[in-house]
Amino acid sequence: MSNNGKRKPMNGEDDDDEEDDEENERDLEAWEKAYADERSWESLQEDESGLLRPIDNQALHHAQYRRRLRSLSSASATSRIQKGLIRYLYLVLDLSRAAGEMDLRPSRMVVVAKQVEAFIREFFDQNPLSQIGLVAIKDGVAQCLTDLGGSPESHIKALMGKLGCSGEASLQNALELVHEQLDQIPSYGHREVIILYSALSTCDPGDVMETIQKCKKSKIRCSVIGLSAELYICKYLCQETGGLYSVALDEAHLKDLILEHAPPPPAIAEFAIANLIKMGFPQRAAEGVISICSCHKEAKFGGGYICPRCKARVCELPTECSICGLTLVSSPHLARSYHHLFPVTPFDDVAPMLLPNQHRRPKSCFGCQQSLLNPGNMPIRCVTCPKCKQFFCLDCDIYIHESLHNCPGCESLKDSKSVD
Amino acid sequence: MTPVSSKQYADDVSLLMVLIDTNPLFWSSTAAPLPFSKFLSQVLSFLNSILLLNQLNQVMVIATGLNSCDYIYDSSLGLTTQRVETLLQKLEEFVIKDEELNKDDSVDGIGSSLLSGSLSMALCYIQRVFRSGSLHPQPRILCMHGSQDGPGQYVAIMNSIFSAQRSMVPIDSCVIGSQHSAFLQQASYITGGVYLKPQQPDGLFQYLTTVFATDLHSRNFLQLPKPVGVDFRASCFCHKNTIDMGYICSVCLSIFCKHHKKCSTCGSAFGQPQTNVSTSNQKS
Repeated sequence: MSNNGKRKPMNGEDDDDEEDDEENERDLEAWEKAYADERSWESLQEDESGLLRPIDNQALHHAQYRRRLRSLSSASATSRIQKGLIRYLYLVLDLSRAAGEMDLRPSRMVVVAKQVEAFIREFFDQNPLSQIGLVAIKDGVAQCLTDLGGSPESHIKALMGKLGCSGEASLQNALELVHEQLDQIPSYGHREVIILYSALSTCDPGDVMETIQKCKKSKIRCSVIGLSAELYICKYLCQETGGLYSVALDEAHLKDLILEHAPPPPAIAEFAIANLIKMGFPQRAAEGVISICSCHKEAKFGGGYICPRCKARVCELPTECSICGLTLVSSPHLARSYHHLFPVTPFDDVAPMLLPNQHRRPKSCFGCQQSLLNPGNMPIRCVTCPKCKQFFCLDCDIYIHESLHNCPGCESLKDSKSVD
Repeated sequence: MTPVSSKQYADDVSLLMVLIDTNPLFWSSTAAPLPFSKFLSQVLSFLNSILLLNQLNQVMVIATGLNSCDYIYDSSLGLTTQRVETLLQKLEEFVIKDEELNKDDSVDGIGSSLLSGSLSMALCYIQRVFRSGSLHPQPRILCMHGSQDGPGQYVAIMNSIFSAQRSMVPIDSCVIGSQHSAFLQQASYITGGVYLKPQQPDGLFQYLTTVFATDLHSRNFLQLPKPVGVDFRASCFCHKNTIDMGYICSVCLSIFCKHHKKCSTCGSAFGQPQTNVSTSNQKS
């Protein structure tokens, strides 16, 4: 869609509805935008008898979600695959000349920045114990925008502050920088890099293949999301290190591709050494007490948390105590990752026309009480949980697997609980 | 129902999901400060007053039983005259069915009801309300709970809490039993709801109408009970003691109070590169 918003003068047909003569060079009227920009005819489809009907978005959305779920669960069908829960992730942003292209409006760089901001928030929501660092490639050189840290706000502020593109992109320099930084992290962490690459070339000072082998030996999992076209070097990099390579078709697709990296990837066991990490669970400081907080170095009134080892005050969790270095978390932060360890089993499809025992199907969804019969009293598509055998509507299916991570039917059954 | 203009959906329309604990072991024990019948009558008056506050308010009641959970009452089905009768009838049917599902295992003390199940059902219903368009009441959840916290439900309740936090649905808690409930304290703190353990449960109706009746918009102007002493410390998996500092397995995030050679949950040996061991099927 490279329509830049200006309409060419129409020769030939004259629309009777036109009231102004000046629309050639001005903004489009609202009714015109429906044709020029939004291409409203694309949201129509022909059904079996040749009649037009609008696209059934709900069914498409659900089919897409089911496909994704099936591909994820087929990998871990027989055994539970370990996931890397403590991740140290570097996001490499390509700010070369190619990032200024305007095929994604307003420019690739701005769209990428917006999606990266959403990704950072989602990442810390799903992986509270992990850390992110930002690297930018500009003028053939890679520089660290932020160091590895666990606070989303500081990353987003640094990201939005420096958005300018110029020069060439250098894959090797970025990988060298990331490799150097990731060498310093503890051995139990999983090392990952996500590169958002817009350029069609890479301008390297040495042999990029050597750098790729170095990354592979250091067990860094590199993934690339391309914004222009598929590049062999990116494909090779991802294959060698066990990452994912995908190319975005448009903004919505880019969002999906980036957010795919938010949940923890299946971990290759030899990559990280299991270890016991010492952590502190601070209690909330008493209200009404004045103390100097160790993160901002200023006096604060009430609130905050006290480090159990050195009794310093910190403002928010999770964090590392700046006095004694102890990792401070609260139990909900750990609990946020438990659903990766105990996922909900995917539900089974139920054929709309159930056989003679039609009366066996309940009339409403167990979760939201929505009717499972359409106005003509015909049963609509629904799903069922293989464990508790309750029926759910398609929307509850998506909500349960993507956000809630509990099956209401299984939770409402006493025997499926393992009481300690 | 007649179509409603958007002007009528002002800020103060609310959808209240009430989760009532019907655990018979709790209500028949000394831990219950008032009999179930008195409790029910106060709750029913409270529900009526909610529906009087605004014409568009909705109330849904879900019962949290010992062996199952179910929807009891939906105010959007009309029925203004027979409201109390239908609610009581469905509640009675539910309690009878719940009791039939009793297995013969002996339960220690007053047992714990299936709060995670009713929370999950309430959240599914709220998602349905969100899907119905931009004109919808503001949903919130009120838990009237008395049973103990069941440690086997910890993961499921935390999942529900985080999902409620993401959808911006506050979970209010009114604890009737004798002990505080750590799960509900965390739920109300994380989601921005109100936690209350009434000191004089005989006057429950007054607590309900003054603390829990206001809609989300008007709460900004009121002084509601503040969270005090929410304990976010974790308990170790080996002894179940609350600890200040502990050791976390980097693979499965189990918490231990002392250094171990091997993780008892996932079997990973610490300090050595591991083989592809699958995580064991245990809930904490």
